[in-house]
Amino acid sequence: MALKTEEMVLNMGPQHPSTHGVLRLELQLDGEIISDVIPHIGYLHRCFEKHCEAMTYPQVIPYTDRMDYLASMYNEFGYAIAVEKLMNIQVPERVEYIRVIMGELQRIASHLVALGTYGADLGAFTPFLFCFRDRERILHLFEITCGARLLYNYIWIGGLSHDLHPDFIRLTKEFIKEFRPNLKELNELLSYNKIFIDRTAHVGVLPAEAAINYGITGPNLRASGVKWDLRRDDPYSVYHKFDFEIPVGSGEKGKTGDCWDRYFIRVLEMEQSLKIIEQAIDQIPDGDISSAIPKRVKPPEGQVYARVENPRGELGYFIISDGSVNPYRIKVRAPSFVNLAVMGELCKGHMIADVVAILGSIDIVLGEIDR
Amino acid sequence: MMYDWLYQFTGSSILAMFIVSLLPLFVFILPFALFAVLMERKVSAHMQDRLGPMRVGYHGILQTVADIIKLLQKEDIVAAATDKNLFNLAPVLVFIGSYAAFAAIPFSGVFIGSQIELGLIYIVAVTGLVVAGILMAGWASNNKYSLLGAMRAAAQIISYEIPTLLIILTIIMITGTVSLYTLSEMQTAYFWNWLILGGPETGIQKILFIPLMMAGFLIIYISTLAEVNRTPFDIPEAESELVSGYHTEYSGMKFAMFFLAEYANMFAVSAIVSAIFFGGYQSPFGYLGSALNLPWLIPIEQFSWFTAKGLFFIFVQMWLRWTLPRFRVDQLMEFCWKYLIPMAFVILLLVGLITVL
Amino acid sequence: MKDYFLKLWIGLTTILIGMKVTFRHLFVPAVTIQYPSVKPELPERERNRLYVNMDDCIGCDQCARACPVNCIEIETVKSLPTEDLGKTTNGKKKVLWVTTFNIDFAKCCYCELCVFPCPTECIYMTDVYEFSEFERESLVLDFATLTHPERLEKKKNFEVLQTQKEKEKAAVAKKAAEEKTAAQVKPVEPKQDSKEENKQ
Repeated sequence: MALKTEEMVLNMGPQHPSTHGVLRLELQLDGEIISDVIPHIGYLHRCFEKHCEAMTYPQVIPYTDRMDYLASMYNEFGYAIAVEKLMNIQVPERVEYIRVIMGELQRIASHLVALGTYGADLGAFTPFLFCFRDRERILHLFEITCGARLLYNYIWIGGLSHDLHPDFIRLTKEFIKEFRPNLKELNELLSYNKIFIDRTAHVGVLPAEAAINYGITGPNLRASGVKWDLRRDDPYSVYHKFDFEIPVGSGEKGKTGDCWDRYFIRVLEMEQSLKIIEQAIDQIPDGDISSAIPKRVKPPEGQVYARVENPRGELGYFIISDGSVNPYRIKVRAPSFVNLAVMGELCKGHMIADVVAILGSIDIVLGEIDR
Repeated sequence: MMYDWLYQFTGSSILAMFIVSLLPLFVFILPFALFAVLMERKVSAHMQDRLGPMRVGYHGILQTVADIIKLLQKEDIVAAATDKNLFNLAPVLVFIGSYAAFAAIPFSGVFIGSQIELGLIYIVAVTGLVVAGILMAGWASNNKYSLLGAMRAAAQIISYEIPTLLIILTIIMITGTVSLYTLSEMQTAYFWNWLILGGPETGIQKILFIPLMMAGFLIIYISTLAEVNRTPFDIPEAESELVSGYHTEYSGMKFAMFFLAEYANMFAVSAIVSAIFFGGYQSPFGYLGSALNLPWLIPIEQFSWFTAKGLFFIFVQMWLRWTLPRFRVDQLMEFCWKYLIPMAFVILLLVGLITVL
Repeated sequence: MKDYFLKLWIGLTTILIGMKVTFRHLFVPAVTIQYPSVKPELPERERNRLYVNMDDCIGCDQCARACPVNCIEIETVKSLPTEDLGKTTNGKKKVLWVTTFNIDFAKCCYCELCVFPCPTECIYMTDVYEFSEFERESLVLDFATLTHPERLEKKKNFEVLQTQKEKEKAAVAKKAAEEKTAAQVKPVEPKQDSKEENKQ
């Protein structure tokens, strides 16, 4: 008589040290091998889109900060670009350059969190603290410019809230000089460590076809070998003036599109961001940052969809305006929401310990998923 | 020696045995465990560019005392659906498994808990009790996560005992004894006589032994690291995967027992490794006591050397913990069975060949 | 076979390199500070708790309208024409009594959107960031400087003024209605007189 087996359902509940927020993963196990992963979201839903219908356009900006709280500058950036497109405002060049510098600094800060927490999930506690020590310097740069460390309310419609602090450029140059050796140290400590490579290579392989079909964007897509970056392929702001490379996953330590590739792409992207910041600091022109800020933001009737390259993927804003001071509807295309859908496919056939590795490499932020 | 003195003092062999075996526990291990917890926190803090505990006492020295007081007065929560007998017995077994090993470790030339001829084999046998304790803890907690953690811990400890035993067999072949006391006595005078550098006999054998002994030292160090569940082998207590594994459901004094047992175990295996390969309590370059002609100074010096070597190996264990990520279960098993055991066998064969020739 | 030894070798060397990094960091001085005894220096633009200088406040309600979370509550009362409230520091004449100016710091999201629209720059962010309280109600700060009897007095004055104005308006309207009815009774004569005057 055949043995009757049953699949075990294990719940990695909303409160778990390594699910990057309040995410509930329902794992269907066959022994220790996973047959399906079903994510349950909604624990952090704060009704962002409904709230915006009652706010005026400038009042929405603190709310956009709080969606992806680890990359707030980019949320504001995307929103500002969308409304400016709707109102046909041309911002001064100095504003564009400052926005790019802030955005790239934010990208480095966000990737540092992703890498640090990924190491901590896998048991390497020290790189986590090193990454956060470097991130403190970036947050200090933001603090002297706009007064806040995490939720900035800095990029306004038509301009910025404050001009750069007089010490900003000097401190940024110092930061860049001190960060490059730290990146090298992080590689020695974590990226090339044999145990780390064993944990992440050949795990969670995402082929390029599947990635495009699921709608994955950002570092996850580039790690699978597809060279697609909105800063190059659909340029916004002044990105066309900078010279930077797009790193693509190459399967160096395993297969193309495995967790190690997704992790290492982020390290390479940080290096490219440093390059962009250096070029922007050299080229930044003088100007008045508040000359294009409208007194009253009352866009004409119409719709607009604008997208930017968030550290996690393509962040899109779809705004419908009915001619009044309140937006009629704002819809946000959050990259982490789309990226999370691929968990089920990636985890099939792996073990429980690998779920943690795969989830960390996709790099999600629950604030963005649930809005 | 201590045993003889006590026997004369009390006139009863059982009382003397009793006191001699329990003395290291109260005088040495408990304060040592307190110190080791603090050392771990401070060492990890300085490696991560921060300071660690600073408030309680000068630079945080009394932090562990405060922690123990806190754990003592915590409510002992026992989940309703657990198997109460096993639940309460598990920490006791783990505790016993760790502390009983100290009876066979020589602290200095004059003090050893029990003059047992089977020293190392007794130690390996007694640390097997820890496996039973862990399985009981995992099962009695009535928690899927704890059960998974306990199974993995049991598999890990049992597998990694094999390379340990193989290396011990190698030592028996070279030196002919298993008693840690005799092993330490053999490696006298200078560090040139230490087993890691070939052993007390001179000749071509000694030179040939050196690379084999170094490899053997690495193997036994890694295996004992796995036996005490330290990173990179800390799957059973992996915080980010299983929320603390087999001791998730324990609180208060029982948790403190698991905690202290882990640190005592760490010291026990460090002491064993240093006794086998690095001369135990012997100093690398002669004794101050014999130079100054003060014979009572020698045991004190030996004791301090013993503690120093133990602390050094514990420091290396902590260093490894804070540098490396952890293994996955199957990789851990693969490492043991496909890499450590074949290499231990090869070393055994080569050492055998060399001793015969 | 070669793979086997290569894996071992790579494993050993990468672990040793990692250990070297950690060992070097043992001797790097700590980057943290001991917080309550040593406080960090905050930059000047830092966004902490708000403060309102009521001498300069003209009660225009711009800050309350700009707030995204509606944490500022303002109630104003028009002053009597005879009262002189003084001028603000940049020369504006105040005409409104501010009877309520509550800011609920439990709701405030510290975004600074209220600071920019203020015409007299009387609301600004201070450097106070440690203001935890035990009860939620203590976080609602009242900035208006009028005492409670004074507030009731101003409101009463306003109501009296209102009723007076309404009476006057009613009287004026009545008079206009009477004049209208009077004009409808006598139509022709005033017109002819003026025509004769114009001819001459």
